[in-house]
Parts: sequence; structure tokens; C-alpha cells
Amino acid sequence: MNLLADAFAWIFSPARLEGSLTLPMAIAQHLAFTFGSVAIAAVIAIPLGWLIGHTGRGREVAVILSGAARALPALGLVVLLVMVAGVNLKTEAAVTVFVILAIPSILAGAYAGIEAIDRTVIDAGRAMGMTEWQILFRIEMPLGLSLLIGGLRSATLQVVATVTIAAYVGLGGLGFFMIQGLNTRDFTEILGASIVVVALALVLDGLFALLARFAVPRTTGPRVRPRQTEPAPAAAAVPQTSH
Amino acid sequence: MSWVLDNLDLIWALTVDHLRQSAIAVVVAFVVALPVGWAAFRYTRLRGTLLTVVGLLYTIPSFALFPLLTVFFGIPLLSEANLVVALAIYGVAIMTRSVTDGLASVDEVTRSAAVAVGFGAWRRFWTVDFPLAGPVILAGLRVTAMSTISLATVGTLIGVQNLGYLFTNGSQRRIVAEVLAGVIAVVVIAVLVDVALLLLGRALMPWTRRIAAPRWDRVRWAVHA
Repeated sequence: MNLLADAFAWIFSPARLEGSLTLPMAIAQHLAFTFGSVAIAAVIAIPLGWLIGHTGRGREVAVILSGAARALPALGLVVLLVMVAGVNLKTEAAVTVFVILAIPSILAGAYAGIEAIDRTVIDAGRAMGMTEWQILFRIEMPLGLSLLIGGLRSATLQVVATVTIAAYVGLGGLGFFMIQGLNTRDFTEILGASIVVVALALVLDGLFALLARFAVPRTTGPRVRPRQTEPAPAAAAVPQTSH
Repeated sequence: MSWVLDNLDLIWALTVDHLRQSAIAVVVAFVVALPVGWAAFRYTRLRGTLLTVVGLLYTIPSFALFPLLTVFFGIPLLSEANLVVALAIYGVAIMTRSVTDGLASVDEVTRSAAVAVGFGAWRRFWTVDFPLAGPVILAGLRVTAMSTISLATVGTLIGVQNLGYLFTNGSQRRIVAEVLAGVIAVVVIAVLVDVALLLLGRALMPWTRRIAAPRWDRVRWAVHA
């Protein structure tokens, strides 16, 4: 356990505030890449997912694309795009890869959220004379929110992990220390940076869990327990860390 | 293209390594996830906690998991064992939930019928629960296999030989074709393994063939109508 003590000493050493990349700077870079990429992916994937969920069309295509995206090796894509785009555009190239990797989870969360809604609720809205937009904004969006947040959570964690790897192409972030440690055979540095990465991932995961708890609308009137049915196949097939 | 043709031997050797590492990890993950997923299904009070803890494993970024395994289990950092154990851990994180979901999808009436006919717990699991949970478990297994194959490439950062080597080597030598070949090879073997698992599932679970797309919502409807 001496190794762990050394690693924590590395994290809290004053030397982490000096040098070409300080630890707080690396954390900030890591978070900026993560949130920036997830935000871009969300702008693309959420409307698309809602369209698929609302119309019920294009679901098969989305499933196939999400499956294919899972097979894409993140490290290979980052290296490839940075090489093709050139060193000057390496940030843009890397962000493009992060966005590509974040889209499938968000897309799946958006349409699965709408699909999981009890059809009778939507039919009731339609019977009351709600327009399609009203159904989307007043029924499907709020009720589908918890699975959408689940999708954003998976996407965020995926990007945090990928940003770590992307340090290989000299992007900075927390992976920088790990690559540097591997090159100089400095295990303490590798372990210290790993601990910070894991802590960052767990904190983000926890924040999304809190968000899911507070952002999801509660039904008014007598407490209605959510439908306890068999897990929807869409939710079962998508490995979301938790709902 | 000429790079690929000149280096077919290398690509093939790396593919074999890649498949070996991935296969061991997926099999280990399956063997571990089965009892854990069963326990989460059987002991309802444990379920939430168990699935949350297992799910948390999945949140650990791969590159950061390697040094942690070295510290906690003494596995050498730069070794193939380290990669395989890490991949198996992610596999367990994905598979466990599928196993629990799959067992939960088995109709309670069927289970009771098996008990009534006199099936013991062990025999009931293997001849009733497990086969009926099969389609959902297979879906989880396919996701696990795919993500394991693509994730294995990270191993190149800790010096493990597999298709990921084409990324680091291609990056250092500035050969775009080499990196591209690596990406394509990974996607192709992931898809091939996925199709193989799909066909294996059809062979082992012939009753799933009749329903082209298992829309459980509609199936349940039909049963209760």
C-alpha cells in the first residue's frame, strides 16, 4: 500500500502546481473536453432521438449505428483523425472523435425514453386534442427525461475515458501524466493521475445520479409507483451504468 | 493499400493475439457474471446495491484501471494479464445486468410450473430459467464482445501486442494506412464475432427464430389478450 501513499503524495505535492502542465490545469482541460464534446453531441443527438422516438421511424437504423459505434476503437480513431487533419487541427479532430463516440448513448437515451412511456398516456394526450408538438413537449420530453439523463451519463463517462487515452496524441488532460509516467517509467505519477481520473469519473457519475433524481418529474396526486414491468429490451440491450 | 498487402502477416498475427485476449476476457466475464447476476436476481434486497457497485466498475476509465490492478492485485503493469483482467472486469460490469434482466424476464408462471413438476433449484436454473433468459443474456454477451474487442486496443499503451499496436506504431511512423487498417480490422472482427454470436444464439435457442424482432411489449399483449 506504500504505492498508494506515494501516489497520494504525488497528487498533493506542491510540484503539481508548477511545470508545463499543472494538475488543476489538466483537470480543467479534461472537463472542458468532456463537457464541450458531450454538449455538441447532445445538440445533434437529442432532437434526432426525439424525432425517432416520437415518429417511431428510423429506430432500426439508429440501433445498427449505435451498435457499429460501439465497435469503433477510440484510440485508433483519435490517432487517425489527428494524422489526417494535421497537428494544427488536432484539437478539432479529437473533439470530433469524442462527439462521434458520445452520440450513440445520447441518441439511444432520447428515443428509448420516449419508447418506454406507456402508450395509453400518449393516446390520452392525443384524445384530449393535444397537437403533436404539445405531446412531444408536455408528455414525451418530461416522461422520457430519466432515460435521456442515463444516456448523457453514459456518454459523459465514455468521453472522460477517451480523453484520458487521447493524451497519447498530445492533447493534455489528465492522461498527459499517465503517458509521461509510462515513458519515464514513473509508476507513482501513473497511479496518481489514474486516481484523479477515477475520482473525476465517479464524481461526474454521482452528479448525474443526483440530476436524474431531481430533474425527473413527479406525478401529482396520490403516489403512483412507476410501472414495475419487465425491463424494456431497449434498456436491457444498452449497457447504461445505472438508471 | 500497399502497406496492408506488405504487412498481411503482421496484421494476421496481431488479429490472432487480439482475438485470444478478447475471448479469454469475455469467457471469464460470462462465467463470473452468471452467478453474480443470478444472486442479484434471487436476493431482491441485494439487487440495487449489487448492480450499482458492479455498474460503478464500468465508470472507471480503462487507461486508469491498469495501474489500479497493479496496486491491488499485484499484476505487472505492462503485461497481457493486466489487459485481460481489466477487460474481464468491464465485461462483468455489462453482463451482470443482462443476466439479472434476463432472469427477470422469465414468466413467473413458467417458473412455478417447473417447481410444481418437481424440478430442483439447480436443474430448474439450467433447464428452465437459463434458456428462457437466453435472448436477453445473449444481447448482453454481444454488447460485451463488441466493446471488449474495441477496448482491447488500449492495451497497446501498456505495451501489449494486439491490433492496437497498429495505432501507436502507425502514429510514430506517420503511416495513415497502418492506423486505418487497424481501425478497419477491429471493426471487422467485432462485427464478425457479433454475427457469430447471433448465429450461435439461433442454433442454441431455435424458439427465438420464429419471432423476427422480439418486441416484448407486443408479445406480452398477445399473451394477455
